[in-house]
Amino acid sequence: MLQIDTWKRVLIWLVCVTGLLMALPNAFYTRVEQSNDAKAAIELGVDTPEMQAEAGQWPNWLPSSLVNLGLDLRGGAHLLAEVQVQDVYESRMEAMWPEIRDALRDERSSVGTIRRQDSAPDEIRVRISQPEGMPRALEVVRGLARQVQTLTGVGATDIEARADGDTIVVQLSDAEKLASDDRTVRQSLEIIRRRIDEVGTREPTIQRQGADRILIQVPGIGSAGELKDIIGTTAQLTFNPVAGRGTDPDAAVGIGEEIVPSIDESGVYYTIESAPVVTGEELVDAQPAFDQNGRPAVNFRFNTSGARKFGDYTRDNVGAPFAIVLDDEVISAPVIQSHIPGGSGIITGNFTVEESTNLAVLLRAGALPAGLEFLEERTIGPELGQDSIDAGKVATIVAFVAVLVFMALSYGLFGLFANVALIINVGLLFGLLSLIGATLTLPGIAGIVLTVGMAVDANVLIFERIREELKSARGPARAIELGYEKALSAILDANVTTFITAVILFAMGSGPVRGFAITLGLGILTSVFTAIFVTRLMVVMWFERRRPKMIEV
Amino acid sequence: MRLKLVPQNTSFDFFSRWKVWLGISGLMMVIAFTSFMLQGLNFGIDFRGGTTIRTQSAVEIDVGVYRDAISPLELGDVTITEIFDPTFGEDENVAMIRIQAQEDAEAVEAATITAVETALQQVVPDIQFVSVESVGPKVSGELIQTAIIAVALAIGAVLVYIWLRFEWQFALGAVAALVHDVILTIGIFSELQIRFDLAIIAALLTIVGYSLNDTVVVFDRVRENLRKYKKKDLKEVLNISINETLSRTVMTSVTTLLALISLYVLGGDVIRGFVFAMIWGVIVGTYSSVFVASTILLWLGVKRDWSKPSKTAGNQFANIDA
Repeated sequence: MLQIDTWKRVLIWLVCVTGLLMALPNAFYTRVEQSNDAKAAIELGVDTPEMQAEAGQWPNWLPSSLVNLGLDLRGGAHLLAEVQVQDVYESRMEAMWPEIRDALRDERSSVGTIRRQDSAPDEIRVRISQPEGMPRALEVVRGLARQVQTLTGVGATDIEARADGDTIVVQLSDAEKLASDDRTVRQSLEIIRRRIDEVGTREPTIQRQGADRILIQVPGIGSAGELKDIIGTTAQLTFNPVAGRGTDPDAAVGIGEEIVPSIDESGVYYTIESAPVVTGEELVDAQPAFDQNGRPAVNFRFNTSGARKFGDYTRDNVGAPFAIVLDDEVISAPVIQSHIPGGSGIITGNFTVEESTNLAVLLRAGALPAGLEFLEERTIGPELGQDSIDAGKVATIVAFVAVLVFMALSYGLFGLFANVALIINVGLLFGLLSLIGATLTLPGIAGIVLTVGMAVDANVLIFERIREELKSARGPARAIELGYEKALSAILDANVTTFITAVILFAMGSGPVRGFAITLGLGILTSVFTAIFVTRLMVVMWFERRRPKMIEV
Repeated sequence: MRLKLVPQNTSFDFFSRWKVWLGISGLMMVIAFTSFMLQGLNFGIDFRGGTTIRTQSAVEIDVGVYRDAISPLELGDVTITEIFDPTFGEDENVAMIRIQAQEDAEAVEAATITAVETALQQVVPDIQFVSVESVGPKVSGELIQTAIIAVALAIGAVLVYIWLRFEWQFALGAVAALVHDVILTIGIFSELQIRFDLAIIAALLTIVGYSLNDTVVVFDRVRENLRKYKKKDLKEVLNISINETLSRTVMTSVTTLLALISLYVLGGDVIRGFVFAMIWGVIVGTYSSVFVASTILLWLGVKRDWSKPSKTAGNQFANIDA
């Protein structure tokens, strides 16, 4: 007979009520959002009466999680960047050079004089004047190698040295390249996060994708271009000795020297030594400031080791110029006036106030270890997002009403049961979306509308089945019971197959498509729940009260 | 008084002209395929790289003026279309500008976008760029690949599921219907040259899901009736099953279409292509579950001897219900 245990009834209603409560904040979206923001601010110590008032807009005892709005609904910028991991190899090799040079010099008696050769950026080539000393030279260079921790290779080292005639070629090993790539991407991710946090926008998404890509989504920012200004600059700051100054970008340079342009004076090029004295990595602070002439500048301070190197160099080279180089351009090349022992200084140049502030932010957050190449960029204006939300709302309501009316007309009282279940269904769907913090996108709204259309399917299957069973005249109670029993396998099969496609869509898709997969998949879960449990419970409760001799579905 | 789209008891013979129906489906698939081969799909930037800029202005749009402003930049293939939509207000004039991926540029060229924006601002001072999207050729290539894999995976997974729950003839019938739906959907996108982007792949997969939903409900009834009417021949059983489920098939298609049509009309132009694909898919999917899936099942035949369950029948998972 039609019996449902009391505990099951309680459980079913409890699930419905919880779901609807979870969904409730979304009905007051702006208010709850403001309240949540204010609470977060108070937590951080910003405690003003206005904040308290804003926080009080939504009571604490009610759930306050909201469905996140995707970029296509809220507006904002989306970037997919590829980290140029091989950039790092060059600086790694450059940093190796003094070490290799010193080690080989100590072996002058067996290898003779050494001379660095031109080479590809990711290797170092050193020619020795006594080729017969090669085995010893290789031994010395290999002695500089460090162990690398890898999952596969035990005893792998970070550099590889081989002989090519009378030349030693030093390169990073494959194991080290892999490890280095991973480190580079993780560092980049961290630095991008720090830079975006410094600017202080809300809820940015910064995720690693695949081996060397980073996805950045920032809601509420004006354009992808602005976002690129913040994260696109490498901000590699170095202090290099200056070897010369000229106007020819192709002038001949010595080994270990390079030519870089000046940022302000067009047509001026500096020849600098490639190996820097100090780098931006050793900065501990950078603040926008003004120089003695009142022009915008950036104050900086080195850590202890940076301060020592900087101090030593300025003591030994008073009167010589040195260059402050940012991303391969010379900001300025002042002459060292005196020994600078304290490890702090000032960068002057033709900055605007905004530029100096930005530079300070970039220096504080640290340099990106490698350049970024942007593979995808999207900007969605907030107006377009709002238009989409409005259109989506209207469409959902109209779809909803159309389906409700149609069901009531087709199935009468049972149609009304199905309608109540449908309303609960959409409530549960929103509740679940808020609970897991899912992101609602425009295709996601389409997924909800589709759910509204398809959710009644399970009820339709059951009602049609009850109609059929009524024809065999077994009495209404039996017909209802059989209707549910026999429709179940069709409902399960039909929904499992759709669910499979939703899962695949979620796994393979990205961004908006994923949003669609989430609403579709959750919609299937909630609609099966409401059809099998909620409608059934309503039908049973009605039946118990009325005990009709005959029913019409 | 109940609204009834389908009479209480129907006894249509769905297979009296089954060759005609299969012929029509076959012909439509050939047309769809030819159209696809001849014209190809109108791929959006997701799949072929490039930039789209959506502009909005209070001034009436003159596509010629836009074109003249952009053409000195020599960006290759540039398409400019004005968009009309009932949801737009009086002073909302929206245009979509699509610029092909620039040669020898792996990444997105910020300079190109800025140049186009500046050029347009000069001729239409109040122009707004409500959305700007750029996809580099590297990513778009990968997106195509992922999309094809996703659709293939979905069809494969479904094939396996139905095979486990029913028998292989059912699985083949269902998959034939799916392939039919996917080809016809791609065909109509190629024939009408509607923009085919990432969202359409989502629509394709939903169609796969929906069409299957329909097919599975019919098949479920076929399975049940095969046990019930052991003496009747397969054609008769199929006809009974389709007639019994006809009311449900129509009801669900109508409620789904009601929802989709309201989204099509009121949901704005951004997702119109996506919704169109789904509407088309619901219609084609409903048709195919009756006229393709069941017909193929009839053609393949089903093992009728249920008294001796054999290991190879593959229906050992069929009894988890009830």
